[in-house]
Amino acid sequence: MTIKIRYFASLRERLGRSEDTVDFYEALTVSDVWYRANADQPLPVNVLASVNMDYVALDSVVQDDDEVAFFPPVTGG
Amino acid sequence: MAVKVCTGAFEPWQEIQDYQNAQISGGFGATTVFIGTMRDFNDGDDVKSMMLEHYPGMTEKQLQNIVYAARQQWSIIDALVVHRVGTIMPNDAIVLIAVWSAHRGAAFDANRYIIEALKTTAPFWKKEQLTTKQARWVSKNTDGYTAG
Repeated sequence: MTIKIRYFASLRERLGRSEDTVDFYEALTVSDVWYRANADQPLPVNVLASVNMDYVALDSVVQDDDEVAFFPPVTGG
Repeated sequence: MAVKVCTGAFEPWQEIQDYQNAQISGGFGATTVFIGTMRDFNDGDDVKSMMLEHYPGMTEKQLQNIVYAARQQWSIIDALVVHRVGTIMPNDAIVLIAVWSAHRGAAFDANRYIIEALKTTAPFWKKEQLTTKQARWVSKNTDGYTAG
């Protein structure tokens, strides 16, 4: 099963990439997805996460083909 | 109800007039308008321009959720939300929120709700280009109910 990951704004710049793909065969939370793609990077303390463009908690379980996104606090308006 | 993300400059008053002419047939006794405009200063520094990034698809979805929540909470006739992305210059409009209702209370309250919810949940991010040639991401939005 495959998860697409997207990163935005300062987090994208810090990681040096805007997307990742994670293949998995067991249940994964959003937080697990981060560490699969960024084993050497702690999850930023103020990070926001979404699955399929809806906000989620970091302990939400992901499904095959989900799009997970990680990004810093929003600053629009 | 409409939400729009614009990649180029927009004229907020024209947007309001065009939307009202096309979508609203009557019944409104109150229209409230909020326009957010780019300042040429922030946190004590002069700002030359700004880059506004967004998450295409999620941004529109969250804006629609916000407008829907406002409609559930207040008796409003219609609402229009327009937000700019891309490179923005001082005095450019960044965001427009217009709310039409029969009476002023709902129009004011729903408009305030929409802008405050947008500020905390709509996925947009600002990167400022300072006149010193430094660039920096805005780290967070202030709480509109307590900030000056």
